[in-house]
Parts: sequence; C-alpha cells; structure tokens
Amino acid sequence: MGIAFSSSAPKQSGSPLKSGKIVIALMLPGLLYLGMFFMIPLVSLLVTSVETPDASGAIGMYQYSFDLSSYQHVIVDYAPQIGRSFGFAFVATLIALLISYPLAYFVGIRLRSRPLIQKLTLTLVIAPFFISFLLRTIAWKQIFADDSATMNFIRGLLHLDPSVHFLGTPGAVVWGLVYNFIPFMTLPLYTSLERLDLRYLEAAGDLYASPAAVFRKVTLPLTMPGVISGTLLTFIPITGDYVNASRDFLGGPDTSMIGNMVQADFLQNSDYPSASALSAVLMAVILIIVGVYVKRTGTEDLL
Amino acid sequence: MRKLRLGRLVLPLYSVIALVYLLIPIVYTIAFSFNDSKGRTNTIWQGFTVAKWLDVCARPDICSAVGTSLIISAISTLVATVLGTAMAIALVRYSFRARSLVSLSLFLPMATPEVVMGAGLAGLFFNLGTGYGYTTVILAHIMFCLSFVVVTVKARVQTLDPVLEEAGRDLYANPTAVFWRITFPLLLPGIVSGALLSFALSFDDFIITYFNSGGSVTTFPMYIYIAASKGVPAEANVIASAVFILAIVIVLGTQVASNIRQKRLLAVK
Amino acid sequence: MKEFVPAGADLELRGIRKEFPSFTAIENLDLHIPAGEFFALLGPSGCGKTTTLRIIAGLEEPTSGQVLLGGQDITFTKPHERPVNTVFQSYALFPHMSIIENVAFGLRRKKIADPLAKAMDALNMVELGHVAERRPQQLSGGQQQRVALARALVNRPSLLLLDEPLGALDLKLRRQMQIELKAIQMEVGLTFLHVTHDQEEAMDMADTVAVMNKGRIEQMGAPEALYERPKTAFVAKFLGQSNLFVGEIADSSSDSLSISVAGNRISVPKARAEKQAGKIAIGVRPEKVEFHRTEPAAASHLNILGPGSIRDIRFTGVSNQYLIEIPNVGEVTVFAQNVGISPVIELGEKVWVSFKVEHAFGLADLPVGDEE
Repeated sequence: MGIAFSSSAPKQSGSPLKSGKIVIALMLPGLLYLGMFFMIPLVSLLVTSVETPDASGAIGMYQYSFDLSSYQHVIVDYAPQIGRSFGFAFVATLIALLISYPLAYFVGIRLRSRPLIQKLTLTLVIAPFFISFLLRTIAWKQIFADDSATMNFIRGLLHLDPSVHFLGTPGAVVWGLVYNFIPFMTLPLYTSLERLDLRYLEAAGDLYASPAAVFRKVTLPLTMPGVISGTLLTFIPITGDYVNASRDFLGGPDTSMIGNMVQADFLQNSDYPSASALSAVLMAVILIIVGVYVKRTGTEDLL
Repeated sequence: MRKLRLGRLVLPLYSVIALVYLLIPIVYTIAFSFNDSKGRTNTIWQGFTVAKWLDVCARPDICSAVGTSLIISAISTLVATVLGTAMAIALVRYSFRARSLVSLSLFLPMATPEVVMGAGLAGLFFNLGTGYGYTTVILAHIMFCLSFVVVTVKARVQTLDPVLEEAGRDLYANPTAVFWRITFPLLLPGIVSGALLSFALSFDDFIITYFNSGGSVTTFPMYIYIAASKGVPAEANVIASAVFILAIVIVLGTQVASNIRQKRLLAVK
Repeated sequence: MKEFVPAGADLELRGIRKEFPSFTAIENLDLHIPAGEFFALLGPSGCGKTTTLRIIAGLEEPTSGQVLLGGQDITFTKPHERPVNTVFQSYALFPHMSIIENVAFGLRRKKIADPLAKAMDALNMVELGHVAERRPQQLSGGQQQRVALARALVNRPSLLLLDEPLGALDLKLRRQMQIELKAIQMEVGLTFLHVTHDQEEAMDMADTVAVMNKGRIEQMGAPEALYERPKTAFVAKFLGQSNLFVGEIADSSSDSLSISVAGNRISVPKARAEKQAGKIAIGVRPEKVEFHRTEPAAASHLNILGPGSIRDIRFTGVSNQYLIEIPNVGEVTVFAQNVGISPVIELGEKVWVSFKVEHAFGLADLPVGDEE
C-alpha cells in the first residue's frame, strides 16, 4: 500500500497527450477484465438479491424473480448489525485519524531533513502490513485474553473486578479495527504532508501566527485532500470487515457486523438472496459516499 | 526558550510510542514462533526453542497451504502486473474519452469492501455454474490487485518525461525498440513495486479467497482462520515471521541500495 | 579530420499548416533552407517555432502541407526513418545508460558497424572523451549539452535540428557554446536549423534568420539585412530596438517619401520603404540617432525632431542610453557608444535629435495601437 501512495512529483515536458488506436490495445484487456469480474459480479449481486426461494423448498435453490422481501428482511432484522458497522467504522476511523495524523506529521515534515531515516521510519509504519493480518489480530486476542498477563496487570492497576474482560466487547473490536487499518489512514496523510511546501508555514509564522494557528489555518486545510482520502480508504473497508468482530478473534456475541451476517448467510445458511441484499445495501451507502466525494473533487485525483 | 525545546520533544516521543504500539503484535507473533508449544495451542509461553523453525512442515497442511498461496499469488501477480502496466501507461500518456469513467472503475475496487466483492464474485461463479477452485480464486485475486498495480505504475509513469521516448524515435528507434530500450527499463522500478504490492495483497488475502475457494483450495490465510477456533500452531507463526523478515529485508535493502547508488553518482560530479 | 557527408541536404517546407483542437499553431509556412547553411528560426514563445521543428523531425504531422528533404517528400515518414536528428532543449539524455551508450544509441539502431568507436570519436570532438563511462546525472549542464550534440551528430544526419539548446546555460557558457556550435557546423558542413527566442544568438550564429510570429514567418534574410531593414513592426521591435513614427505620407520626391509628425518632417528613401501611399510607420535604430543641445541646421539628408527634453539616462557599460520626450511626437531612444567622453547632460535639458534619412526604414504595417 505504501508504494501506492508514493509521492513522486510528476515531470511532464508539456507535449500534448497522444491519441490513437494503441490506446484501445492498452486499455481494453484491463477494462474487459474489470467489467467481467467487478461490474458483472455487482450486477449479479443485485440479481441474486431479488431472487425468491425455489418452489421445491430445497435449501440453496432459488428462482429468478423480483422479490424485494430479502431487502425488507435485512434492513429490519439486521438493523443492529448495520448500525454497529457504521458506528464502529465511524469511531475507528476517528481514532485512527487522531493517532495517524501526528505520526504522519512527524515522518512527513520533521524527518524531511534526513531522507534515509524518513524512509526507514515509514517502513516501520507499514511493517504491520507485512505480517498476516489474521495473525496480528490473533496476537491482540491473546494479549487481551481474559487470563493473560496483560489483563491481570491492567485489572490490578485499575483495581477492577476479576470478571472484567476486554475481549468480546465492542471496545476490543474497535481496537482491532483501528490497529489493522492505521496504515490505510497514515499513508495518504503522509503523502499529503510530505508534499507540503514548508514555506507556507514559514510565511504564516512570519505573519504573526502562533503554532496552533499555523496548524489550524494553513497545515490542516492544505493537507485536507490526504485527510479525506485516508478517511475514505479507512471507513469504507471497515464497514465490510468481519474478521475483527468474529467470535474466533476479538468479537463476542453482541459485536457482529454486516460482514459477519453476509458470511453466515452466504456460506453457512446458503441464503444467497439475503447475503446479496445486505451486500447491496452496504454497497449503495458506499457509492453515495464516494459519489459525494467525486462530485466535490472530480475524478482526476482518485488514483 | 526551554518551553520551546520541551515542546519539540513531544512529537518524536509520541511517534516512538505509536511505533511501539504498531510493532507489538509483530514482536508477539515472532516471539511465539519460538515457543515450545505442545500440540496446537500456542497461547502460553512454555519455553524457547528453534524446533518449529527447523521443522516447519511437521504439519503437512501448513506447508501445502503456503504452497497454494505462493502459486496463486505468483500467477495473479503476473497477470495483474501486465494488465495494470498497460492501463497505467495508457492513462498517463494518452487522451481518450471516458477517462473519468475509467478512473472511477479503477478506484471502486479499492473502495469496495471485501465482503461485497467476495460475495459478488462467488455469486457470479455460482450463476455461471463453474464451480469453485484454483481458477476462481486466481481470477478473483487478479481483480483486486489490478487497481493497485495501476496506481503504483501510474505514479512512476508520471515521472517519465515523454521527451526521452521522442529522443529515442528521433534516433532511429522504432516503436518496439523505444518501448523495450527506453520506456520499460525506466518504468521497471515502478513495475516491480506494483508487482510486489500485488503479491503481498494476494498472499495475505482472506475474505475474497474464502468466499471463492469452495473448500477445495486452502491458502495460508484460510488455514489460519480455520485454525483460529481450535488453536493456531506455532509453525504458522514461523511462516508469517519468515515472510515478514523477507519483506522487510527486501524493502529496507532496496532503500539502502538506492541511497548508496545516489551518493555514489553525486560524488563523482 | 573525420569524413562527414560533404554537405547536408536542402530542406523545404511548402504550405505547412498545423491546427490543434484549441488553436492554430502554424498558419501557412513556406521555407527553403539550402544545404550546408546555419539557419535560425527566431521568435517569441508560442509563435510556432518549436511546432515547426517537431514537424520537420516527424514528431508531429502537419494538418496540411509538405516537408521535402533533398527533394524527397518526407511529410508522412516516421521519425525513426528520417535522416534528421534533434538536439532537445532539455537534452533528453537517457538516464539509465552511460554517456557512450547514449551517443552510440542511434548507431546501434541503424546497425552501423563499430558503434562504440564512432561514438568515442564524436565524444572526442566535443572534448568529452574522458566521461564516456559516466551517467548523465553526473555531468554539468554544459557537458550534457555537448553530449546531446555528439549523440545527434554521430549519425551524420542530412539535417540537424536544435531546439533552444543553449537556453539553460549561463551567459558565459552560452557565448562559448555559440562559438563552438558555429565552428562545428562549418567544419562538418551539415545543415543546421536552430530554433531560439534569443535574437542576439540568432544574429550571431546564423547565415540566415527567419523571424516567426503567430504561426507565420514575417521576414527572412541575412542577419544584417534583417537588422538594418526590418519590414514589419514586429521584426523592428523584436530584433533589437526601434524608434517608430507614424503618419500619413504627405510628400514624395523621386527617391524618398516623408511624413509629418507634429510639424517635424521625417523622410525615408523609397527603396527602403515597404509602402508608397497611405499611413506608414517610419523607424530608425537608436544607435543611429544623435542628440544636440542646440537646434541643428536643416539639411535634406537629415531628419530632425525637437525640441524635447531628456527623461532618463542609463549607463549599460558599452553605451549610454538616453530617453528623450518630444511633445506630440513621443519618446525617442538614443544609444551613444561609450568612447570615454560622455556629454555632460542633465535630466530635463532641452535637446533636439537627428538621424540620417538613409538609416530610416519604412514598415509594411503599423505598430499595434496605431492601426486604422
């Protein structure tokens, strides 16, 4: 992910963009692939979501139809999961932002004078990315296990009842979500901060602004694209996550999210219409968010 | 004056704490790869041993899962890199209508939650009646790696001044020669970055793979997930630690190497 | 010395027109450059000179018109099939190859025998044989420029195109390179087409200069001819400086015609006037004008204007430049060569100016602002 947001300044010599038939050869295979394996599956989701159970009553068998009962079912019965997913995502994104911004600021601005150390520190920031994310989550699970040394220490420190636990609570799930998605927040922030021309900050200081004012009025507005980009790339995947909330990892009986229900319906209950309807609802909300973003900033900076 | 100096320490101090927090699970995972655990559970420290490192494939299913992951990731990376590089070059160098649409189509996979993509693809394969297996997993992996390759290579293409290719044409190189002797060598670092990123994403992917494997294909992440409820053996930690160390060595190695090369170039000037 | 092709080839552009979606870069271009000449295409940014160069190199296709090299129509020939080479403004040296590989690149593509030896010869010609194994990033701007030149010349092209190659060099280096480039061109006898916006550079190096403005060539000829007798207002102001006076042609004798400006008669020889009737702009170069403290006696071979007053005096080392304001006429610039004795004159002093009729030139058009 780190390299995806690398900040290499573009250096075009100003020759006009070419056009020609070779564009088709270059773009077509990739576009066809995306069309086939991204667009069509999404359409397929919609089609499946309005299927109706087969007349024979056999499990896993459905007929094409236009039955919206699945949507009614997921919106009503899974409302807690839907609310929880967006709630967790909101809180986790906010915390991730608060944790990541100072870190990105340190690496992107303070370490500019030492490029080698800057690159090494950035590598440390994305290092968690290189260890399987399942094992990272299991590590936290074991660290916060009810009878672990860490929990005993914390209970002793805060004089808590021995039955107080962390694992299985929404807190644990959010903790895991924050940890796993910090790189997604940090890297766009870093890119934005690394490109910030420090002379703007110097000019503000020269014009009598206190450090706090410089941050509020200059740094923050100028790095807003990175903030928004990082927020989107963190919030959206979190809404669909289910590993952290799973009972085998950090979750408990009351922490299931949209993803857990989709997985359960799709892989265990063979209730494809419900799984698809829930996915479609999630996707719809995301498309609205992305749509608002694209409307305000255009598509050139997306990639 | 002293207040200012103390204030400047806050940020570095905070960053150190944040980095430590980020590295805790890594240290934990690596540490427990040396745990002398009996059986499958690896939750309590029972003593230091390198036995697991030496005999990683004692449990055959782990190594076969790793092998599966390697094959799938290698093939997916190859295809995604070729397709993605072509698209990146086209996006930067050529003007065409529907640019916005293409940018959006490439951005959406990166923004779509994995459950949606996984369920969608699984649904597609279900409706097509193809069944699940290696092929469906690879096809799925190529899909989500594509956008990341495009973004990475695109950044590199943007640093490539088109005048260099014009100079090539001016010096009697036909389009094929221009590509292989000028464009490709200069884009190679970006292409390699894209390929590495694609490989890493593919190797670590769980959700999309799980939805599309149909039970006959077990990748390394799937192995861990399934084992999570019963107990993840220390050998899994060994594999993950080995991958981590390899990745870190590669990344740090290339950074240090390019740093040395830069210094040597400028020294002669 | 080395055997190069004895002379380059003739270049001819016929009716070239280049349209881009949002504007027309070249309106209608006709050009003929004889073989072996050092030709300069001079003009401000955006005038179309770089586009012209790219069309000749094959990097752009004209919307209409023909490009002929040595009589052969190469309008639609691909750049890698044309015997034309370019020295780019940014040098465009390949960063991933050594200097000698850069220079040998064209030779290798054409499968010429012994590419490295020939490349080394070319590097030695520009006195950079000792950096053959280095990378472009390790060379200074001037060195890179010479490598770019060697890389183009080693292929013995029929025509060498230079796209503002000296723009990035500092003044001293630029002067040095101007001399070297001209020497090399004369030595190898190739046809050089040099595109630049620096008029001093163009006049210094070229056998023929073409002044380009807004997609058209306004005037073409030897540097002295262009300088002493500009034919359009643009050329008069772009190439050096000019004092221009506009008026209706009031009087004409057998060999000269005159206009009257605020009571002052200004004459120009008919042979040096582009128009014979109507409103005309008559100009003179500042170094041809003198100023006097007392009104000079009227003479038929002199144009006299005044009285006016000294508005500004500037010392540029080589000359003193005086700006004189004459009521109802305008500002007149006078350059006086610094010969050690400067007239002791103060701002505001009353002076007259004079210049010889034979130094005046009459333009085909009027300066912007004075048109009907």
